[in-house]
Amino acid sequence: MSSRIPTQDHPGAARPPRSRTRSIVVWTLVALVGATAWTVLALSRGESVNALWVLFAALASYAIAYRFYARFITYRVLRADDARATPAERLHNGVDFEVTDRRVLFGHHFAAIAGAGPLVGPVLAAQMGYLPGTIWIVVGVVFAGAVQDLTILFFSMRRDGKSLGQMVREEIGLVGGIAALIAVFAIMIIILAVLALIVVNALAESPWGVFSIALTIPIALFMGVYLRYLRPGRVLEATGIGVVLLLAAIVGGGYVEQLGLAADLTLSKETLVLALVVYGFVASVLPVWLLLTPRDYLSTFMKIGVIVLLAASLLVARPVLANEAVTSFAREGNGPVFAGSLFPFVFITIACGALSGFHALIASGTTPKMVAKERQVRLIGYGGMLMESFVAISALIAASVIDQGIYFAMNSPAGATGGDAAGAAQFVTGLGFPTSPETLTAAAAAVEEPSLVSRTGGAPALALGISQVFHSAFGGGLQAFWYHFAIMFEALFILTAVDAGTRVGRFMLQDTVGNVWKKFGDLSWRPGNLLASAAVVAAWGYFLYVGVTDPLGGINQLFPLFGIANQLLAAIALTLATTLLIKHGRLRYAWVTGVPLAWDLVTTMTASYQKVFSDNPAIGYFAQRARYADALDAGQLLAPAKAPDEMQQIVTNSTVNGVLQSVFAVLVLVVVANAAVVVVRAVRAGSLPTTEVPAVASQLVEPAGLFASAGEKAAVAAAGSSGTGSAAEVRR
Amino acid sequence: MRALLRGVRWYLREIGGSARWDAYLASCAEHGHAPVSRGEFERARADARAGSPGARCC
Repeated sequence: MSSRIPTQDHPGAARPPRSRTRSIVVWTLVALVGATAWTVLALSRGESVNALWVLFAALASYAIAYRFYARFITYRVLRADDARATPAERLHNGVDFEVTDRRVLFGHHFAAIAGAGPLVGPVLAAQMGYLPGTIWIVVGVVFAGAVQDLTILFFSMRRDGKSLGQMVREEIGLVGGIAALIAVFAIMIIILAVLALIVVNALAESPWGVFSIALTIPIALFMGVYLRYLRPGRVLEATGIGVVLLLAAIVGGGYVEQLGLAADLTLSKETLVLALVVYGFVASVLPVWLLLTPRDYLSTFMKIGVIVLLAASLLVARPVLANEAVTSFAREGNGPVFAGSLFPFVFITIACGALSGFHALIASGTTPKMVAKERQVRLIGYGGMLMESFVAISALIAASVIDQGIYFAMNSPAGATGGDAAGAAQFVTGLGFPTSPETLTAAAAAVEEPSLVSRTGGAPALALGISQVFHSAFGGGLQAFWYHFAIMFEALFILTAVDAGTRVGRFMLQDTVGNVWKKFGDLSWRPGNLLASAAVVAAWGYFLYVGVTDPLGGINQLFPLFGIANQLLAAIALTLATTLLIKHGRLRYAWVTGVPLAWDLVTTMTASYQKVFSDNPAIGYFAQRARYADALDAGQLLAPAKAPDEMQQIVTNSTVNGVLQSVFAVLVLVVVANAAVVVVRAVRAGSLPTTEVPAVASQLVEPAGLFASAGEKAAVAAAGSSGTGSAAEVRR
Repeated sequence: MRALLRGVRWYLREIGGSARWDAYLASCAEHGHAPVSRGEFERARADARAGSPGARCC
């Protein structure tokens, strides 16, 4: 027998009138706060705007979207049903299938989806002003990103936690499935390369940074041994020790000069690439408990700590935005950080935080196997993504409080600034943001870095913004500490992502090749592991090296590829969700995923088209290739190249990027076309059978939302006292 | 305030893994098994999960 929560079929119907009135009053107030904040943002031009307006506009919008839209999707569109047992309940094995408390799972899921992405994209997009980024982050998450995470989590949960690739193959078709598999793998490689590139750019020529990041490895190893042999399972203890050691490593980094290590730890980008590639390979073949798991604990706790700290310090410091609402780069598309105009490139640059296809891999990975009750997908899928969006908004604010002269000096490629303060000041002043070499040197001195010029990748600019906000909120002359604290925290979870991503890539490769070469698919076969790991590391290592040595600036060249790849993955996920809604006979609700899919296809295909076919060499990869190839043939050198081999390098890189860009777009179109065939059949038939697992009655009683309602509390209590204790696992 | 502290303690035990160990002890007691040591329990669990590391997003 399944125990049902009395109010769950008609939510709100059984509530007494007083609580209903109070609810109406509260939500009207939230709506008013949101409307006021958006109005202030919309009407302010050329005057100073407080960052809190951005924060309140976002928070009020999230609250309303979660309360009304996410509920509508979960209850009406998906028809999540708490009377149905989830895979965690049915297949419970204590390993991957495990009933997990919704609040704990929320933490796990959030830690898996949020990393450096929501911190970096908004920083780069700030070159177009704070307004385009703010609008896209909020509107994007509410109608696209969180909807994708929620629907994919739900559909995967209804299929015992199948992966995105598997679902595409079974629900759309073999052709689409193969295209999706290749796309997922290729996209992962690019994502790893770009993430690693961000770390390299943040650590190059920064002995303090290198010192503290290098120390994270022995710290994690120590925690790994501690958790496995010294005090097994004492995660909080080990993490507490780890965090203290980590903070000591950051403080210690300030003394590299006195320790006589400064010269040895001042590493070039090329050396760092080599170090990262070796690290990535070794880390991905070591046992998980030794390095990956403890590092994961560290980065998760640091992540949550920093986000809470950042939100609190924004409220205390109440900084005024230095950025313009919309800069001229948004219209003209000639910005130095990345080329292209507002449409479509803001929507490509900000992926994580608004819409991130990569999340579909996590929402169809470990999370769906741990959900306790179906309706909790609203909290975990939609709510988790809202939280990531909040991180993105905070990053956008942090990047927008920096003096704009310094912002552009940091984020313009070295080819443009010449790499020194004098050249950078001249270049940035020429852009229309007056600054002086002294200002740039002083900003670098304040955070005890040799230079901040052309520290591209977003991480250094974000760290500077965060250090300013923390400095003005808490005082104490600790700006250099906060800067390196922020760098460390970004590098920490990028390294976790690199480590985990390489391992996942290795499994995918072994699994796929295993179809034709059986032995290779055996995950316990050591040579197979080493070979597959080496292949994955070599793939992202190649792009990392290319990015680091690119005369045009790696971030400038690779970040659009990364963003488009991520959004194309989202297109595959939204295509799957839309197809499934229609196959389930819910055509009238197909717009819920269909509209964001259409928008995503329009932006990514426009961006892909421009990156491939634009005749502007700053945007189109092949136009760029032609320009440099022609000059090379004519024996000329074009800036920023300083030698013929640099010219050749640009020609090769633009060709590779252009080809890759086209392949990504074609793979997605194959999936969409394959899905269109299925959709037409489903519409004709009214509905089609799917691989959804048949319903089994649930024995579990648990609240659906973050907080239990009065009715749910009573139901939980009743299930606990009704003598079904052995069958019903009762939770608070 | 008391309730808040209790909630925090509960959450920390859940994410820290102590709650899972206690649940294991309870289920052993219920079925009359002799439990393995904490170290063996945690190592077996970690090794079983090593096959699915789970991607980390950007």
